[in-house]
Amino acid sequence: MGYKVSFEEVNKIFDQLQGEYEIWAPKRFAGKGRYSDTDIIKYDKVSKVEEIEFKEKSDYPAKEVLSPITQSLFYFTEDEFRESKATSKKLLIFMRPCDINAQHHQEKIYLENGGYADMYYQRMNEKVKIVMIECTEGWDTCFCVSMGSNKADDYAIAVRAGEGELTVDVKDEAFAPLFKEAAGVDFKPEFIEKNEIELTIPEIPNKEVLTKLKSHPMWNEYNKRCISCGSCTVACSTCTCFNTTDVIYNENTNVGERKRTTASCQIEGFTDMAGGHVFRRTAAERMRYKVLHKFHDYKARFKDFHMCVGCGRCTSRCPEFISITATVNKMAKAIDEIIAEESK
Amino acid sequence: MNNIVKPVPCKILEVKKESKLEYTFKVESDIKPAHGQFLQLSIPKIGEAPISVSAYGDGWIDFTIRSVGKVTDEIFTKGPGDVLFLRGAYGKGWPVEKFEGKHVVVITGGTGLAPVRSMLNKFYDEPDYTKSVTLITGFKNEEGIVFKNELEKWKDRFTTFYTLDAEKKEGWNTGFVTEFVSKVDWASFGDNYEVVIVGPPPMMKFTGIECGKCGVPDEKIWVSYERRMSCAVGKCGHCRIDEVYVCLEGPVFNYTQAKYLVD
Ligand SMILES: Cc1cc2nc3c(=O)[nH]c(=O)nc-3n(C[C@H](O)[C@H](O)[C@H](O)COP(=O)(O)OP(=O)(O)OC[C@H]3O[C@@H](n4cnc5c(N)ncnc54)[C@H](O)[C@@H]3O)c2cc1C
Ligand code: SF4
Ligand code: SF4
Ligand code: FES
Repeated sequence: MGYKVSFEEVNKIFDQLQGEYEIWAPKRFAGKGRYSDTDIIKYDKVSKVEEIEFKEKSDYPAKEVLSPITQSLFYFTEDEFRESKATSKKLLIFMRPCDINAQHHQEKIYLENGGYADMYYQRMNEKVKIVMIECTEGWDTCFCVSMGSNKADDYAIAVRAGEGELTVDVKDEAFAPLFKEAAGVDFKPEFIEKNEIELTIPEIPNKEVLTKLKSHPMWNEYNKRCISCGSCTVACSTCTCFNTTDVIYNENTNVGERKRTTASCQIEGFTDMAGGHVFRRTAAERMRYKVLHKFHDYKARFKDFHMCVGCGRCTSRCPEFISITATVNKMAKAIDEIIAEESK
Repeated sequence: MNNIVKPVPCKILEVKKESKLEYTFKVESDIKPAHGQFLQLSIPKIGEAPISVSAYGDGWIDFTIRSVGKVTDEIFTKGPGDVLFLRGAYGKGWPVEKFEGKHVVVITGGTGLAPVRSMLNKFYDEPDYTKSVTLITGFKNEEGIVFKNELEKWKDRFTTFYTLDAEKKEGWNTGFVTEFVSKVDWASFGDNYEVVIVGPPPMMKFTGIECGKCGVPDEKIWVSYERRMSCAVGKCGHCRIDEVYVCLEGPVFNYTQAKYLVD
């Protein structure tokens, strides 16, 4: 069912929901951006619809609500491990289609990979209801259409943001009573059909080509350009890697916790082992590892999609202006070269 | 909800000093691992580390640990009666059934002997399980030798080449394990054999090449890989190479697959 609701009415609905739900949405933090005069848009709890940033894409992805940058796994004393507690409320999360599609990748890793389900992800995931933010224009770094993640239908509610009002499509009947006073309209969300950027993901036909691609000189460029800051993977809608570390609160007390913190394959140390062995020493090797995971390895394993939803956040966040789409295009050229060389 | 990363407390039964830097910890546990699998050992407030099963029996598991950092150093301060936290067992171990009725060649470097120790003891205890066992084992120096009693014992039933990289020792060879690959009686095995290689990455690479020179096809070679691990259950991403997770599909790989795994 479709409805038109003023912000005032939306806020009344939010008030009704607050007891049962935490409402998460992209929110603008003024002056918190990389440069002092820039803002940052990231996910946070909201209580009023006016707090939600509808006009611009968030700098950071929705995944942070379910798998925060840092979270406690256990609290311990000398001989006891106690699990951290999750919020008791359900989660209503406002997301664009790219972020909704990215949850699929998160679930693949956290709930399915290896036949193990991660309890910390699962207990959050089970609480989620999605409010899809209609997205029809996109931005200059987006290429969701190329990745097939411009559309989504697994939402409870979809919203189109207007001036001081929302048009909504309520799919989950459980939410329908909240809108019984609202004016009914015909509404189905629309989706972006064409981005400025169109990307063709190259096929890597076999292991021999893959092996040659790994040592192709195209990657060397990133030794000069990439500063291995990891901003791209932190901003990525689909990346899932983490570190596990123990912390002691205070040398004298016997209490501490085990924490999970977002990790990046782009940062030195990701592969360091005892005995000083390091598997990817250079920025070029790390870039190659990331790009191949996104556009080959993940799909080779799970067979369904590439591990990228075309949100363009990695490109936007890179301080060195490294574009993911330009990199994939270079890779496509390198693959063509390798195949041409082989058929000689 | 089942928490896959929650470890359980287990009592240390015995600690045996193998060498200056390597101790074997016998831990009370009902976990039934397979030969070549590993567990996550942890000490609250310090952290976790993946450690191979070096032996196991009814109600106990042995871990042979090299003290190299935060967690392993802390484990070294523990003794009988103290508690270690365990979760596992994880990964794919040695394809022991594939080795039945065959000539088995095991080549190890340093503590690479730990993840094959339980399998070697099985072969020792059940002499009819394999046609023959050849063991090439190398250590950097005399100080690094582990499982001294078993190395002696295995000589009775296995064809052995024990070697130190550069030092001389009575009854031992001098040189890298790679130098002994051609001394294996490959010709008498016909087609009925399998090869196991475990050790530091360069050792495995060059031993694989030597085996190739002796006519060993890739599909007969099995290796065990070590990678940085933070979860052991396919979540943290640290151990991934291409589409493969070492903690899930490894640590044991057939060489036809391992050869293509470029980090
Ligand atoms: C499948 C597998 C089986 C293993 N079996 C054994 C074994 O039987 N006996 C044994 O002594 N060791 C074994 N290791 C290596 C052992 O896990 C590391 O030595 C240990 O994690 C180091 O932890 P630490 O806290 O003592 O060192 P740290 O203080 O954490 O670090 C010391 C160094 O080790 C690196 N490191 C940290 N975590 C790991 C890790 N998970 N894996 C590798 N290096 C790491 C650090 O980057 C640093 O360079 C195995 C590793 C794997 C992956
Ligand atoms: S790789 Fe870049 S474009 Fe793709 S999902 Fe991650 S951040 Fe978005
Ligand atoms: S690609 Fe850019 S954002 Fe990513 S690690 Fe390199 S410099 Fe940082
Ligand atoms: S150790 Fe975490 S994914 Fe393998």
